[in-house]
Amino acid sequence: MENAIRVLIVDDEDDFRETIVKRLNARKLQAEGASSGVKALEVLKEREFDVMVLDVKMPDMDGIETLRHVKKMTPEIEVIMLTGHASVEFGLKGMQLGAFDYIMKPAPINELMDTIGQAFNKKQGLV
Amino acid sequence: MDRNYTKIWWQHCLAIVGFSVIPLLIVNLLLYALYNRIYTEKVSENLLNRVEARRDTLDLFLRERVAQIYTVANTNKVDDLNNEAYLGQVFATMHAKSDSYVDVGIIDKEGNHIAYVGPYYDALKTANYKNEPWFDAVMSQGVFISDIFMGYRHYPHFIIAVLIRENGGTWILRLTINLKNLDDIVQKAWLGELSDAFIINNVNKLQTLPRFGGEYLSSPIFMGFAREANSRHIPYPNFSSTVKTRVERMSIQGHDVFIGAATVRSNSWVLVVKESPDEILSPLAQGRNWMIFFTSLGLFVICTGAALFTNALINRIKETDRENAASSDMLLQANKMIALSKMAAGIAHEVNNPLASIAENAGWMKDLLAEEDLSKSPNFEEFDKAVDKIEQHVARARKIIHNLLGFARRMEPAKEKINVNNLLDETTGFLENEALYVNINIEKDYADDVPVITSDLSQIQQVVLNLLNNAFDAVGSNGVITVSSRYLAKSDEVEISIADTGKGMTEAEVNKIFDPFFTTKEVGKGTGLGLSISYSIIEKLGGKIKVQSTLGKGTVFTILLPKH
Repeated sequence: MENAIRVLIVDDEDDFRETIVKRLNARKLQAEGASSGVKALEVLKEREFDVMVLDVKMPDMDGIETLRHVKKMTPEIEVIMLTGHASVEFGLKGMQLGAFDYIMKPAPINELMDTIGQAFNKKQGLV
Repeated sequence: MDRNYTKIWWQHCLAIVGFSVIPLLIVNLLLYALYNRIYTEKVSENLLNRVEARRDTLDLFLRERVAQIYTVANTNKVDDLNNEAYLGQVFATMHAKSDSYVDVGIIDKEGNHIAYVGPYYDALKTANYKNEPWFDAVMSQGVFISDIFMGYRHYPHFIIAVLIRENGGTWILRLTINLKNLDDIVQKAWLGELSDAFIINNVNKLQTLPRFGGEYLSSPIFMGFAREANSRHIPYPNFSSTVKTRVERMSIQGHDVFIGAATVRSNSWVLVVKESPDEILSPLAQGRNWMIFFTSLGLFVICTGAALFTNALINRIKETDRENAASSDMLLQANKMIALSKMAAGIAHEVNNPLASIAENAGWMKDLLAEEDLSKSPNFEEFDKAVDKIEQHVARARKIIHNLLGFARRMEPAKEKINVNNLLDETTGFLENEALYVNINIEKDYADDVPVITSDLSQIQQVVLNLLNNAFDAVGSNGVITVSSRYLAKSDEVEISIADTGKGMTEAEVNKIFDPFFTTKEVGKGTGLGLSISYSIIEKLGGKIKVQSTLGKGTVFTILLPKH
C-alpha cells in the first residue's frame, strides 16, 4: 500500500461520500471522507493526501472557499472539483484558483478514477 | 392593445380639417365682408356722382331755358311781341336750333292770352290763366318754372314764365317746354337693364314717366324690377323733402335697392335714381363666386391632405402597435425563460444529489457482486441485471439532468469569427445521409452579402442542428427543408431561417414551443428541452429566435444574430 494514491473525499452528502470512499478503497486507493470544508482542513493538518475531491456546493464553507484555504495550506495537493447543479462556472472558477479539473455529478466511477489518476500523475511529475 | 383605429382616424382627420378650415373660413369671410363694404361704398359714391351729374344737367337745361326766355322777354318790346306774327318770328328763331319749346304765349295781367304761337291755337288762344296756380307765382316772383300739369289741353306739360314790365304795365311771356327734353335727360340715368330714374315734385308727384310703374302726377309706384312687374304696387319712400344729395341702400318690401336722390336747384323737383344691387354689384357677386370656388378648392385640398396624412399616421400607429405587441410577447417569453431556468436549476440540484448517491450505491453493489463467492449465488444473474438496470436508468436521469443544466447554464459564450454560410453548410452536412434516406430535400438559399459575425460557433451549430433535427421529425419523409441566410443591413443582424414542409403546429403549441419539457413528439421520443436550450443559447448570444407555423403547411424557425 506504499504507492496507493491518497484521496480525500469532501462532500456533505453522507451516503454519497461513504459509498464512494468504499468503492475507491475497493479499487486499491487509500480514500478517506470529510463531511465539510472545515473538517477537511482539520484532516489535512494531520495527514498528507495526494488528491482531494471537493464538492462545490456545501453548507457553511463551500467548495471554492475550502479550495482557497487548501491551496494556501498545502499547495502541492491536487484538487478535483465536483459540481452538482448548474455550477459549471464554479468548476471553472475552481480551476482558475488552482483546481486540477472538474467533474459533473453524478460521475461514473471510471471517470472519477481516471481523473484521480491524472491528477496524481501530475503531482508525481511535479514532486 | 386593440385600438379603435377608425375612431382615431376620424378624430385626427377632423382635428386637422377643423384647425385648417376654421381659420380659412374666418379669413375668407372677413376678407369678403371688407371687400363687400369697400365695393358697396365705392358703388354708392359712384351712384351719388351720377345722380348729381344728372341733376346738374337738368339744372343747366332749365337755367338755359330761363335765360333764353328772359333774354327774349327783355330784348323785345311788348307791343311787338303782342303781334302774333312777330312773336311767331321770335319763336321760330328760338325753335330753330332747339326743340325745347312747344308753344309761346303773351298773357296780360288779367290772365288773357294776347298772343299765342303754337300747335294748340284754337284751344289756348281763348284761355284765361288768371286762376291758374302759376299765374300768381309769376306775378310775384318774376320768373317761374312750373311743375308738370295737365292744363287746358289735358296733356302733361310744364311751362316757364317770365314777367315783363314795360311802361308801367305787366305781361307774362309763357313758354311750354317739350317734355321729351326732360325725359331725355332723366332717361340717360337708366344705365342698367333694371335701373330707373324719374323726377318728383315737392308733394311726391311724378314729373317724368318712370321706367317701371307710375303715371304723370301720381305718386311713384315701386314695382320691384322688370321681371316682377306683376307684383303688388308699393309706394316709393317719399324723397320729396330731400335737401342734400344722398344715396341709400334700402330694402323696400323685401327688394334690395340702391336709391339716390338729389334736389334740382332751379325749382323744387327731386331727381330719384334707382339701381339694382344685382347689376351694379355684379363684380362683387363675381368676386364672391370666385372666392367660393377657391375656398371649396382649398377645402378639398385640405380634406384630401388630411385624409392622406391621417392614413399615413394610422398606418404608423398600427405598425408600432404590432411591434409593441410582438416585443411584449418576446419580453413575456424571456421572463418565462428566466423563471423556468431558475426552477430547472433548482430541480436539477435537488434531484442530482440523491441521484449521485443512488449511482454510487448501485456501483458499490456491482463492485460487491464482482466478488467471487457471490457469483455462485443462485440469484446472482438477477441481482446483476437489476443493478445494471439501476445504473442504466441513473444514466438516463443523468442525461436529462445535464440537459436541464445546459438549459439553465450561465456560461460565458465564446467569441469567434464565424462565416454563417459555412456554418450552415457544415451543419446540414451532418444530416445529408439521413436526408437522402428519408427523401428530404435540403434546399439552401444563402445570401452572398452575409458578413462574418462574432459569436460562439459550437453553440450556434448546436442550435441549428437542433432545429434541423426538429424539421426532420416534423417532415418525417418526402419533403423540403429550406435553410436560408440573409443580412439585415438595417439592424446589422444576420438572419438564419429553417423552414420545413412538415405538419405544422397549432397556435397553442407555438406559444409553448420554447417551454422546457414541452414536446409535440411521442412520449419517450423527445425530452422537450432542445428548443428551450436553443432559446437560451440564442438569448445569451444576444440574438432572437422566432417561430411561425401554419398547421398542415409547415414551420419556419428564424434566428437573428447580431453581427457582434
